[in-house]
Amino acid sequence: MNNPNSETLIFVPPILATRNNQTPMKFQKILGKLLAFGLLVACARSVSAQMMINGAGATFPYPIYSKWFDEYAKVDQSVRFNYQSIGSGGGQKQILEQTVDFGASDGPMSDDNLSKAPSKLLHIPTVAGADVVTYNLPGDPALKFDGETIAGIFLGQIKKWSDPKIGALNPGVKLPDQEIIVVHRSDGSGTTYIWTDYLSKVSPEWKQKVGTNTSVNWPTGIGGKGNEGVAGQIKQTSGALGYVELIYAVQNKMPYADVKNADGEFVKASLASITAAMATAQIPDDFRFSITNAPGKDAYPIAGATWLLVYEKQKDPAKGKKLVEFLKWAAKDGEKMAQDLQYAPLPENLQKRVLQRIDEIKM
Amino acid sequence: MNVVTRPSIPGETEQPSLATQMSRPSRFGDRAFEWLTLAMALAVIALVFLVGWQLARGSQLAIAKFGFHFLTTSTWDPVAEQYGALPFIYGTIVSSLIALIIAVPLSIATAVYLTELAPLWVRQPLVSLIEMLAAIPSVILGLWGIFVMIPWLKAHPFPLLKTLFGWTPFFEGPIYGISMLAGGIIIAIMILPIITSVSREILRSVPNLQREAAYALGATRWEVTRIAVLSYAKKGLAGAVILGLGRALGETMAVTMVIGNTPQIKASLFAPGYTLASVIANEFTEATTDLYLQALFEVGLVLFGITILANLIAQVLIKTMAGATTTRAVQ
Repeated sequence: MNNPNSETLIFVPPILATRNNQTPMKFQKILGKLLAFGLLVACARSVSAQMMINGAGATFPYPIYSKWFDEYAKVDQSVRFNYQSIGSGGGQKQILEQTVDFGASDGPMSDDNLSKAPSKLLHIPTVAGADVVTYNLPGDPALKFDGETIAGIFLGQIKKWSDPKIGALNPGVKLPDQEIIVVHRSDGSGTTYIWTDYLSKVSPEWKQKVGTNTSVNWPTGIGGKGNEGVAGQIKQTSGALGYVELIYAVQNKMPYADVKNADGEFVKASLASITAAMATAQIPDDFRFSITNAPGKDAYPIAGATWLLVYEKQKDPAKGKKLVEFLKWAAKDGEKMAQDLQYAPLPENLQKRVLQRIDEIKM
Repeated sequence: MNVVTRPSIPGETEQPSLATQMSRPSRFGDRAFEWLTLAMALAVIALVFLVGWQLARGSQLAIAKFGFHFLTTSTWDPVAEQYGALPFIYGTIVSSLIALIIAVPLSIATAVYLTELAPLWVRQPLVSLIEMLAAIPSVILGLWGIFVMIPWLKAHPFPLLKTLFGWTPFFEGPIYGISMLAGGIIIAIMILPIITSVSREILRSVPNLQREAAYALGATRWEVTRIAVLSYAKKGLAGAVILGLGRALGETMAVTMVIGNTPQIKASLFAPGYTLASVIANEFTEATTDLYLQALFEVGLVLFGITILANLIAQVLIKTMAGATTTRAVQ
């Protein structure tokens, strides 16, 4: 108690302390410049008096959505879009609470959540992506898998690469007598939703024990945060196997396996085979569809779409009108930009149905 | 954050009585100043309560549904909506302890070197370097962890630990690289600068008289440092450690990237783990159902509770330790 130092201990971060002493003028100048810039931006905004349409939600389609908003600014200069990629959960919550003009989600909304909506909420599918099975084996052999085997591995029942089930699918490939180290996403994500949705469809045991969600209680494996976390772990671990988004695997030149689809064909994941899956999948009228394990010879089985969420009855007619115009533009012209950004566009039959649905939005 | 300001409270309580004695001619400025500072101090306390209250309110459903079981069960299943936070609590405490075990000796030794031993021209560059470590964003450190630290740990130190201590339950099992130990090490790197900086300030504030007195008695450099400096500053150094602990408990992004995010309780430090902060960071954005969100809020509440509890325990420890020290320092 009689120690004077510790009684009056007040912590000042040394960085702040030295900086403030040395360069107060500089700091003020920068602040001044920032303020001036802010004012300028504010003026520019108020002069053109643009309409702001706010959206929030899924992170997976964020790159293409921001491209769309950018391009659409050239089409219609009177409207600006502000999209916050806060995650599908946040997107659903915000549109339910009507704090945004549209939401976005990587998974369709559950009946339970949809019943909380104050009025009818529409699902508008925009683009699709896929999950691929990627792995790290000596020599990077090309591999083939079927749903049953993948489920077995992720349930922790198939433990070794030399398991006869993997061998039977890959005749001629020399598989090491090595433990399979399963890597999955630890963060809640649309990627995991597609993955678990697929496994639930091909394995009754998975459906009963684990189920479908953006994050689940994994029976085995280690969790990496984000695509980069999973990919990093797989790249560094011989014998590792996991799933990442197709785009991520392509951009990082990771090997990925062909997967057997519902028709018994081994299909390589590609934008074309994702669009093929959407063309042949059963799509209900409310567009809350799943295209995993879709029928059709060319369909890649582990794929999923992403949706925009908008109210059928728009509260603000002026905003609603602009939003509908944008949605139509996105469904027609926007779709053409999808492939450049490695998203699968909607097939023609679905595109037509989506346009009809957009027409049903009332002001 | 609230740790360090606490010791100044006893001094504060004496001031009003002194002030009232002296200020017969009314001084509005002093009064206003007193009220203003009081309001500020109360605002901080109110903020803490507000956070706690908000977290508790946000997790009502989960608290009602799982009750005490939330703290004692290990299943975290968003599909079946079964939530138990025990593995996260375990992971938070263990990873923070690992971090402290690594960071505290390193930081204090660095601080001692910087204040007592280092030649003057070395001091400023070294201090700046350590402060730069604190300026590295958590995400960057996490990425570095995945792509640089983990491969290295997996190649050299981990196998060595396994051959040396593989017979204990703490270093057995397969080495994935991603592990509780890796999480602890990355936290250690993150709390090192703050403990070092604060320790350095404390050691610098040890009066030179102390050192001179020890030298006068014929003490060697090591004896001076030990008896006159470290012993004198013990309480303050403990404060620095608490500050580090507070950081360690809440550290999120970098840990999430290297700890493996598997809700399990394993004695082996090579096994992946999970922390309270990580599960919130991982799952909050995509949590769609009410109960799920509320369970995550409750995880936040538990983390809040653990942080406060850890601070309280640490402060009691300091009190008892300080009692023992002062008598020895005087001798």
